[in-house]
Amino acid sequence: MTSVAVIDYGMGNLHSVAKALEKVGQGTEIIVTHDHKKIEQADRVVLPGVGAIRDCMHEIKRLGIDQVVADVVEQGKPLLGVCVGMQALMTFSDENNGVDCLKILPGHVAYFGDDLHDPETNERLKIPHMGWNQVHQTYDHPLWHDIDQDERFYFVHSYFVEPVEIGMIAGSSNYGISFTAAVAKDNVFATQFHPEKSQHVGLQLYKNFLNWNGRV
Amino acid sequence: MSLAKRIIPCLDVDNGRVVKGVQFVDIRDAGDPVEIARRYDEQGADEITFLDITASSDDRETMVHVVEEVAGQVFIPLTVGGGIRKVEDIRRMLNAGADKVAINTAAVFNPEFVKEAAEKFGSQCIVVAIDAKKVSAEGEPNKWEIFTHGGRKPTGIDAIEWAKKMVDYGAGEILLTSMDRDGTKIGFDLELNAAISEAVNVPVIASGGVGNLDHLVEGVKQGKADAVLAASIFHFGEYTVEEAKQRMQDAGIEVRL
Repeated sequence: MTSVAVIDYGMGNLHSVAKALEKVGQGTEIIVTHDHKKIEQADRVVLPGVGAIRDCMHEIKRLGIDQVVADVVEQGKPLLGVCVGMQALMTFSDENNGVDCLKILPGHVAYFGDDLHDPETNERLKIPHMGWNQVHQTYDHPLWHDIDQDERFYFVHSYFVEPVEIGMIAGSSNYGISFTAAVAKDNVFATQFHPEKSQHVGLQLYKNFLNWNGRV
Repeated sequence: MSLAKRIIPCLDVDNGRVVKGVQFVDIRDAGDPVEIARRYDEQGADEITFLDITASSDDRETMVHVVEEVAGQVFIPLTVGGGIRKVEDIRRMLNAGADKVAINTAAVFNPEFVKEAAEKFGSQCIVVAIDAKKVSAEGEPNKWEIFTHGGRKPTGIDAIEWAKKMVDYGAGEILLTSMDRDGTKIGFDLELNAAISEAVNVPVIASGGVGNLDHLVEGVKQGKADAVLAASIFHFGEYTVEEAKQRMQDAGIEVRL
């Protein structure tokens, strides 16, 4: 039996993530935990997250999860970051007057801005970017298996990731500007959107993650 | 390629059963919340909102179980409102599988609660529900006031100023209900909705008064709503969510189909 650890550092969406994994993961053991040993023994790891990055990083460090995540990545195990879990993987975030992140993926996390407009219609765009937006798959990654090009996923965020290497962008979206909706590097995949709240397409992404060996 | 406008069916839940009050007085039973949520999910609802109208706090636990059960079967965002008064109420709902909570009366009596909630759980899961009623007379400049207790008690608070304050306090979204229109089926108060939507930088959900699909279109176009909420037109099978989305798309509105 394979196993997946959902890292529990007190951030809200981990229950939804676990429920989505349960739905698609027949024969997979789903462990919601912050126990270092259990995380390291799991075959796959999910780093969820919602809320403010300062609080997330504070809890990650307090529980010693920063080192565990680094080890998991080093070992080549498939790792999925979701929303603030994705942002936490980057070098640095502009949120909360600047917060150092896990530095697993080179790049930083930027704010959309308070005066955002649709360049075509000039409609004012609200922050947070909340709702269903299209994700353009930039290349054929195993986590996009059986998901249509430009399919809609559910987002809720005010900050977005800017990776240093363009090649890390696995999916992009548009909200006044083009922004990174998914990043991938070796055995790491991370999404700004919430697959656990994106109905069938989101469940398919979790299914793909459970079938992924961490190679591209 | 852009963000879709959302359609949100709303389920008023009393002690575990879905009901919809007409002007909050004449309440009819429309069934099992889990079953209805699943049906809306299949029809393509973008989110589902539950308003717990259970009077007795002893029965509130029922709502937690409803949310738990729905969250295990329906993988779209779930919002729960009604009776959210303490940090502990929010934690319980989020742990049960809700993604957002709507704070209404508690925000009016204790605005600091919104601040505390947003700091603790993040603005993304804090919706402030505003019940507003027009108080200006014909010919006067428009003015809307916040009402509590199902629209019966005036507070003297200006609705636009209140919406701005709630966003400053950390609300990530506003659920705006016109108490003049709720249950009337004559359409949203479009002026109210546009006024609030233009005054704040967070998404605004229009609510109260939907009687047909054109009302949803107007809500987005004239009312500048980021999402539209409706109950009875969906509950009694008059329209499906899919039909509603089709109508919106035909009117040139971006939707998830």
